[in-house]
Amino acid sequence: MTGATALAGLRPGPWLTFGIRRLARFAVSLWVLVTVAFLMIQLIPGDPVRAALGLTAPAELVQAQRAALGLDHPIWQQYLDYLGGLLHGDFGTSMLTGLPVSDVLGDRLPATLLLALPAYLVVIAVAIPLGLLFAVLTRGGRRRHTELTFTSTTILLAAIPEFLVAVALVAFFSVQLGWFPVAGRDGVGSLLLPVAALALGPASVLSRIVRVETLSVLGNDFVRTARAKRLPARLVYLRHALPNALTATLTLGGLLLSGMLAGTVLVENVFAWPGLGATIARSILQKDYPMVQGIVLVYGIGVLLMNLVVDVLLAVLDPRSTIRES
Amino acid sequence: MAKRPAGSWAAALRTPVGGFSAALLVLVIALAVLGPILWHDRAFSFDLDALGEGPSARHWAGTDELGRDIFYRVLVATRLSVVLALLATLLGVVSGLVLGTLPSVLPRPVGRLVTAAVNVAVAFPSLLLVLFFSVIFGVGTQGAVLAVGLAVAPSFARLAQTMAASIAGRDFVAAARVCGVGRIRLLLRHILPNIGEPLVVNATIAAGSALLSFSGLSFLGIGVQAPDYDWGRLLNDGLNGIYVNPAAALAPGLAVVLAGLAFNLTGEAVAGVVGVRTRATHPAAAPAPVARAAAAEDHDDAVLVVDNLQVAFPGRGGWTVPVRGVSFTVRPGEAIGVVGESGSGKSLTGLAVSRLIEAPGVVTADRLEFAGKSLLGTPERELRGLLGTSLAMVFQDPMTSFNPTRRIGRQLAEVSEQHQGLSRSKALARAVDRLRAVRIPAARRRARQYPHEFSGGMRQRAMIGMGLMGDPRLIIADEPTTALDVTVQRQLLRLLARTRAERDTAIVLISHDIAVVSQTCERILVMYAGRIVEDLPSAGPAATPQHPYTRALLATTLDLGTDREAPLPVIPGRPPEPDRLPAGCAFAERCPSATERCRTEEPVLAQVAPAHRVACWHPDDVPLPGPAGAIVTAGGAE
Repeated sequence: MTGATALAGLRPGPWLTFGIRRLARFAVSLWVLVTVAFLMIQLIPGDPVRAALGLTAPAELVQAQRAALGLDHPIWQQYLDYLGGLLHGDFGTSMLTGLPVSDVLGDRLPATLLLALPAYLVVIAVAIPLGLLFAVLTRGGRRRHTELTFTSTTILLAAIPEFLVAVALVAFFSVQLGWFPVAGRDGVGSLLLPVAALALGPASVLSRIVRVETLSVLGNDFVRTARAKRLPARLVYLRHALPNALTATLTLGGLLLSGMLAGTVLVENVFAWPGLGATIARSILQKDYPMVQGIVLVYGIGVLLMNLVVDVLLAVLDPRSTIRES
Repeated sequence: MAKRPAGSWAAALRTPVGGFSAALLVLVIALAVLGPILWHDRAFSFDLDALGEGPSARHWAGTDELGRDIFYRVLVATRLSVVLALLATLLGVVSGLVLGTLPSVLPRPVGRLVTAAVNVAVAFPSLLLVLFFSVIFGVGTQGAVLAVGLAVAPSFARLAQTMAASIAGRDFVAAARVCGVGRIRLLLRHILPNIGEPLVVNATIAAGSALLSFSGLSFLGIGVQAPDYDWGRLLNDGLNGIYVNPAAALAPGLAVVLAGLAFNLTGEAVAGVVGVRTRATHPAAAPAPVARAAAAEDHDDAVLVVDNLQVAFPGRGGWTVPVRGVSFTVRPGEAIGVVGESGSGKSLTGLAVSRLIEAPGVVTADRLEFAGKSLLGTPERELRGLLGTSLAMVFQDPMTSFNPTRRIGRQLAEVSEQHQGLSRSKALARAVDRLRAVRIPAARRRARQYPHEFSGGMRQRAMIGMGLMGDPRLIIADEPTTALDVTVQRQLLRLLARTRAERDTAIVLISHDIAVVSQTCERILVMYAGRIVEDLPSAGPAATPQHPYTRALLATTLDLGTDREAPLPVIPGRPPEPDRLPAGCAFAERCPSATERCRTEEPVLAQVAPAHRVACWHPDDVPLPGPAGAIVTAGGAE
């Protein structure tokens, strides 16, 4: 890139190009996702309706259900109908209850978000300060014992899957101490254990990533420059080291954060939390395919949105990335 | 480092984590093999006296609602849990390999489609993929193995792709291709064997994750179905009775975690063994003092007084002392050059003088004073204002010395915000003014730009501008022009000279290039192996270098008059390592006039003429032949 174009594109230019490109990528991914969700039902071996209704169901009922789902149309017709329906907010109809899938999604999604969003906040609010703190404490090979304790603790915590953390938390805090309800959604108290179970592992992994990235940033020349300016240590770490460590952390941590979305499925099942996760497990067992399809789509969109947010954050934090894109 | 798989696996076993996790893994596998043989009956016998009870002496983890012993059921379930995880991993690795290597065999458009599909799939968390596939393959053990396996596949496909791509670029593959080896044969004979070891390591780690996914799936009721049971199934059953017997849920949970860790850590230990850290040594509490060099000359008005400065770092077998007793004085407005090969300690001297050596490095000196204030022992807080405004640093690499995420103007402005109490806007205005002072065009606009939008030369000017935010009495410039081209280098040296003339700022210019230094500085310190070996003026009657090292350095400088037919002059040999210094003069090994005395007794810096000190037993005061008689002409100065 020449100096002139860099200057000309200084104001909204790069951001606009970046926004358009990124949104276009989102749209393509969304289309792939919708297509895969559509194909999922087609890929089920045998007749999904027969599988759902059981071998003893009368042929007329199966036929009626097939017609209701549009399965008697040619596949391209089904695909177009599916896409058209989605554009109108029609996610299909539950084979079990006959309710519109979109109603159930609208009913269950808030409960899942009520778990996921606080868990994200906790992970970020815990992992970044913790990682930074331990990076500063153990920089340049200082305090080897602290480093060893930190590393082994976080590795251990990260190795326990969230649903086992959930079980352990329930066993201790709910059963043993009786502080919290064992299951269900009932006020703020019922939120605490599921959020803790969701956040513990990712917070451990992320704080390790933050520490390692901060350590590598602290070795950079510009940190020496900041110290040569005699800035207080607080500013050297927060203003100069942290933003640079975060760009690398986000790149690595993006998948971790979308993985938490999957974590809600298991945690919701431990706590009988009335969210999407409990519904998808039941729907898979009951072979309620339109329901499963709708929920898979919602989770998929969640992951795509998460990746979008991570990319935008990266662009904001690292001025070089926007320029590089265009 | 042994490259064979056996070598690194054995090395991994010797690390504490590797040894522990390998032992755990052996235990898990032994349980998987022996568990059902030894305890099948106990796990299936109904104790009708103890239905759904908590832990007791008879039943360590209690019983389920049919009175079956949970502890033994967990032990017996090891086999199914581990076997299913391994099956899923095997499926995942094989299908991943196929997916990952297909693009190199298939026609290009198809190959790109496969690659794109893999890239989309790896962006999704594996549990979502598992759920997706289990919808297709149905509920039950077989469906779950397929689902978990295929969910593992994309990450292996990605791994195989990147590794195959890096191998495919290597010479031996190119050679095989030139020899007419077919694509598939190339893949099987040349590429796969070379990515084998990392694949095995990653498969071990993946087996741990598959174990966790599988128990998650069984826990959801989608995986293993009764009457079969794996750990996830037991956990599901246990959770229902958690009020009666928490152990029924905790025992299988613990088993899952331990087995998962065994696979995971073993893989990680082997993966990490190549970059494993050498064990820390504990050197003596402080470095031993080294021989005392001549004291620095005293000047009441000196900007910088350095007397017997030493910098030490803890090393493998004790302290390494790369700077050994350096003494010099810088007066106001004076320009001093510090010259030496890399490793001579010149940069460390600059960092030590500006208090930028961080622990575990140790700086000691008899005197180290800047503007009359001692830099040793005075707390940072007291010195911050003085050093922040009066001592400026310019570092070697302008590309990396600015924070890439902050605008140049703000990086300059924070000096004034911090040390001069200026407001944000006033500080920024001053930053723009300083950028203008270092001849940066369109300074106001430039101040809003990020470092990557500046050229190297401009960044280095901005760095000097940053130093001018205060009112510097000393600028320490460490190889400021090394990374720049010759024209920009000259502009920058002029800028330094102008700054010095306008403000009476002293300059310490550190460089490996004696020609650069002699153009800018009136005094030159020549450093070798952590010591000053010569201190001489760059012009005048005393400018004839007397130390054989200085003379050799000068002989290696080139200019337009250099005879292009003759071979390039070099100093034979290499400087000694700082932790392996000889007893006598450090230069003796490479010195043409070295004698026995030089090898046993170290010379100290001694006055040979006014303003000329040399540390040598055999100084040579014969003027150098030709036009290079004095240093000032050596670099072809203006």
